[in-house]
Amino acid sequence: MRVEDEVIRKRQRDRARVMALLLGAFVVLLFFITIAKTGMNW
Amino acid sequence: MPTLELTNPAALPADWRDFLALTKPRVMYLVVFTGLCGLLVAPVQLPPVLSFTAILCIALGAGACGALNQWYEADLDAKMRRTAKRPLPDGRMDRQSALHFGVGLGVFSVLLMGLATNWFAALLLLASILFYVLVYTVWLKPRTAQNIVIGGAAGAFPPLIGWVAATGHIAALPLLLFAIIFLWTPPHFWALSLFVRSDYAAAGIPMMPVVAGFESTRRQVFLYALPMAAAAVAPWLLGLTEVIYGASAGVLSFVFLVLAARVAANRATEPSAMDAEKHLFAYSVFYLFALFAVLVADRFLPW
Repeated sequence: MRVEDEVIRKRQRDRARVMALLLGAFVVLLFFITIAKTGMNW
Repeated sequence: MPTLELTNPAALPADWRDFLALTKPRVMYLVVFTGLCGLLVAPVQLPPVLSFTAILCIALGAGACGALNQWYEADLDAKMRRTAKRPLPDGRMDRQSALHFGVGLGVFSVLLMGLATNWFAALLLLASILFYVLVYTVWLKPRTAQNIVIGGAAGAFPPLIGWVAATGHIAALPLLLFAIIFLWTPPHFWALSLFVRSDYAAAGIPMMPVVAGFESTRRQVFLYALPMAAAAVAPWLLGLTEVIYGASAGVLSFVFLVLAARVAANRATEPSAMDAEKHLFAYSVFYLFALFAVLVADRFLPW
């Protein structure tokens, strides 16, 4: 594998990790929003 | 429409840190803080998770504005020393990625705000994003020296959005908070643009010092500070806050006026001799933080 390809793969891996973290945080946030909204009886 | 094509020569995917930089996180602090204060002084208290989500949405909306602003102004940013190292002019990201990121972030923030709080707050958030991008960045900024005066409305939305997220309606106090930031923006930005005038001139942006000169800009800095100070003490005069806010706003605004008067009296044309402008710029940031912090303290502390 060329050095450029390795750099590209590393960037892609880093971005995928950050995206996974953000998606996980979003799921947790949605869960708590749902709990709060149902509790408020809106 | 910018004409310079900025492409990523190595076809390297942009680093996630560059996407973060696209949101102008350093500018976001004030937006988030004023939005939080608008939410906290509202008479209705949301559950913490919904308050957090509302502030998150305001921050994401501000990030979308930053990204779309940098997408549109990439060629201008390349001409200014202050902005030349941003991801787009530096060639670390292609323009299409910035556009997709900005639009995606904006849509996401509005939808989440609507789902978590109410659709009136979401509508205001959408209006503030569109106002900043279309009215300020695309229309006013490259055309008129009044860009900051009218465009300042975009930065004045957060406390209003915070309040509406909590209550679902508009009232006198959040409108006054809107007015304070709206009137604060010209002296704040003109103080900065006085000592970075050459940057704006090089990029062809018609900021007030470039178009009207130093003397006129300095006079207007002081003139705008007067209604700003009046708006700052108005919540107390109208009986919407306690005396501690009124006294604090009076003192803070008086210092602002003194610094603005020093700017008006300055005749320097070299940035190295513009201490008065630099002091006012630094103080203006502190002023807004302090004013809104006292407003929240006034609401919660048993004086």
